[in-house]
Amino acid sequence: MLAVYSNPRWLSVVRGAVERLTETLGFPAVQCRSITRAVDEALTNIVRHSYGNRLGEPIALYFRRAQRSQLGEVESGLAILLCDRGSAASLNKLQGRPFEQIRPGELGLHLIRQAMDTVEFTRKGLTNQLRLVKYFAQASDAP
Amino acid sequence: MQISARRHDTTTIFDVSGDIDFANSPEVRQSVLREIRESHTARVIVNLRQVRYIDSSGVASLIEGLKASRDLGSRFILIGLSTSAREVLQLSRLIKVFEIYDNEEQALAA
Repeated sequence: MLAVYSNPRWLSVVRGAVERLTETLGFPAVQCRSITRAVDEALTNIVRHSYGNRLGEPIALYFRRAQRSQLGEVESGLAILLCDRGSAASLNKLQGRPFEQIRPGELGLHLIRQAMDTVEFTRKGLTNQLRLVKYFAQASDAP
Repeated sequence: MQISARRHDTTTIFDVSGDIDFANSPEVRQSVLREIRESHTARVIVNLRQVRYIDSSGVASLIEGLKASRDLGSRFILIGLSTSAREVLQLSRLIKVFEIYDNEEQALAA
């Protein structure tokens, strides 16, 4: 678990941690970069939109092993849960829209969706939870 | 992140170093737009050789620089893109929107 505050200066710290983690787990370099980018963009969205650029608000990141069955094979991966206690996100925004209709400020969400296999947003009580999952291509690559 | 500007004949060259993210992309945007609007040079080059990472807000700043340059009839060129920076422009489908060269010599000769 990684606990940070809603301050843009923490972004580089989290990027460094996620990049090292994904490298250690054995993701290919291109996926290490894309997962790191996805978490960075998600964290930025929390600071900008969920907390409205307010500094010092809590954000928690949980890193867990994920598993799923795909075509008879078990795939392992990395699940990242980002939690904040800011305002509820607009589901319309989170559902995304066709690339051609994306406005400049929505590019971050597009990058998140391109990087991850699963992007799920839930609101539980006063907490926003964004769950990002990336699976390894083969079960033998499991972390 | 650090950004500085220098002149080479009718070209303004920005040297940027460090990661460009939400913490500092407003500074990049402000520096680039101010210089473009005040200098009115024929060509603007942004040297990203020392930039390892650019997020979507950094890309948006570059887009604004491109638009401001075009409005003033200037060329806006990116050089020295890292693998990560190139990927984010490709994923954004903006790689063909920008004029991109490997290094300063190529950009100045273009």
